Amino acid sequence: MTVVSLKRADEPRPAVQNRLGKIEIEDFGLRYETANGPVDAVSGVSLTVEPGEFVSIIGPSGCGKSTMLNALAGFLKPTSGAVLVDGRPVEGPGADRGMIFQQYSLFPWMTVVQNVEFGLKMKGLHRSERRRQARTLLGLAGLSQFENHYPDGLSGGMKQRVGIVRALATGPRILLLDEPFGALDAQTRLIMQQILTNMWQRLKISVLFVTHDIDEAVFLSDRVYVMTARPGAIKAEVAVPLPRPREHALIMSSEFLALRRGLMSLIREESLKAMGGEINADALKGLAANFDGHDIAKAL
Amino acid sequence: MASAAAPAAAPARPELPQAPPVAGSARTRRLGLRGAVSGLPVRPALVGFVSLALFVMAWHLLTTYRVNVYVRFANVPSPADVLASAETAFLSGTFFEHVGMSCRRILFGFLIAAAVAVPLGLLMGRFRLLREAVFPVSEVLRPIPAIAWVPMAIMLWPTNEQSIVFITFLGSFFPILLNTLHGMSTVDPVLVRAARSLGASEAATFREVYLPATLPQIFTGLTVGMGVAWVSLIAAEMISGQFGIGYFTWEAYSLVQYSDIALGMIAIGVLGLASSFAIRLIGRLAMPWSAAR
Ligand SMILES: Nc1ncnc2c1ncn2[C@@H]1O[C@H](COP(=O)(O)OP(=O)(O)OP(=O)(O)O)[C@@H](O)[C@H]1O
Ligand SMILES: [Mg+2]
Repeated sequence: MTVVSLKRADEPRPAVQNRLGKIEIEDFGLRYETANGPVDAVSGVSLTVEPGEFVSIIGPSGCGKSTMLNALAGFLKPTSGAVLVDGRPVEGPGADRGMIFQQYSLFPWMTVVQNVEFGLKMKGLHRSERRRQARTLLGLAGLSQFENHYPDGLSGGMKQRVGIVRALATGPRILLLDEPFGALDAQTRLIMQQILTNMWQRLKISVLFVTHDIDEAVFLSDRVYVMTARPGAIKAEVAVPLPRPREHALIMSSEFLALRRGLMSLIREESLKAMGGEINADALKGLAANFDGHDIAKAL
Repeated sequence: MASAAAPAAAPARPELPQAPPVAGSARTRRLGLRGAVSGLPVRPALVGFVSLALFVMAWHLLTTYRVNVYVRFANVPSPADVLASAETAFLSGTFFEHVGMSCRRILFGFLIAAAVAVPLGLLMGRFRLLREAVFPVSEVLRPIPAIAWVPMAIMLWPTNEQSIVFITFLGSFFPILLNTLHGMSTVDPVLVRAARSLGASEAATFREVYLPATLPQIFTGLTVGMGVAWVSLIAAEMISGQFGIGYFTWEAYSLVQYSDIALGMIAIGVLGLASSFAIRLIGRLAMPWSAAR
């Protein structure tokens, strides 16, 4: 693992030492046993998320981002290393870690408000009390008028919003999001980013956010981890010392663009590797030479 | 059924709240049964009526002119004959005793089958060992038609009544079991994970996710199972019954009351239709979310 620190925040991060919601992943490795032999999805990853911090992970497709989140959520056991939440190893799934999956995961047989209530019901809350809490949260997310709809009738953006509200309803310390806005159009995506930021600031929880989108990662995060192609490892850790609250005009600022450029070049290397390595610099040169020859042949 | 009403009842796709508020109208659209009740499809109903009328007309013509082209309509009762025998049958009351008897057998056989096959299918879907143990046995027994069970059933059960109910049970058991099992295998794993990460225990996940996710397949199984239950029941009644609509139909043939044959057949058709309609209705009520599709 090579850690290329582009830029570190000089000032210490907001000191929230005694709050809960700390994630520590130490030398984490996960190997899938498949019919074609073992596949190392992730190897030797270490990362931390401080309580109340917003951290993103970007990396090429198949580098093990979902695998890592699933281990944090408690669905997969690490084959090496440790996954700790507030100093304790993750034993299994639980409501202290909210998870937003890469696919839509609302229960189609429950209305919006029933979906949001689900976690509270599992906690054993009384019916009227959980309904009241679910309604309050839906109101905050601007979803009140849809509380009795079934998910099938909702747009993609609304489904993801309900998913986030549902995950937050149980009062988790940590929110894990796996490319939650990947399937949304650009406009909806911006709105969703704003909503997520608002909720995060209001609830003061820790967020680990997986995305493909560099702009999204920079705009939302306190820090960004860049992963290598499979087997995934941490290639770089980049601090984002942009002031909050952040407005969307920020993405035109020179600080933003500098961060974006740095991340872009880190990612490009890995994406090329992830595509199988056959498109390396030499191959590109050879391609150019061929075109030159072609041009000459045509000119003659 | 559902597709006929779909275009009229298709829910508006509510967009972000910034969009002009369509919420009021969307709210009325969500009521599940509305599409089934108020949005009566006029055209299909009309076409259906005309086609039924044409069928009766053809039947009438074929029998009154005693058409005889290889298939012989000479002895087939005409619609008017059947109507007349229906009148006497309805007045005498024994006809309804036969119908009531058949319905009772269906109810018992089918309900017992559902009560055993649905939980068994759910558990088999969840626990591999149970599936591996039960599946081979059910695969061997499944292809045996209910009618082939008649002699065995008579030996197994003390009364005739019980053996007929048993055969009805067998007919509906396997379609319900297999559909439930299949439904369990198609439950979206991400929904299971979502429930677990919201704090659901193993038992709660079973109740709150596996069961509702499998309901559509369960109801497919119930509908198919109901159809096979009638097929099995009629066969059993014709062979070993003393009552029942199947017995009524067969007896009419023995007693050369040909119009009663057609009456019995029509009664079987209507009863089968009514029972599968009832199941579909219960399905709608049990799964209000699927009406929104
Ligand atoms: N259940 C599994 N069995 C075997 N291999 C798997 C399994 N799940 C994932 N993998 C492999 O592990 C690697 C990491 O998968 P993962 O889904 O974590 O990647 P990802 O970074 O989330 O990718 P994407 O950005 O496309 O979602 C991939 O190469 C994938 O093929
Ligand atoms: Mg993924």
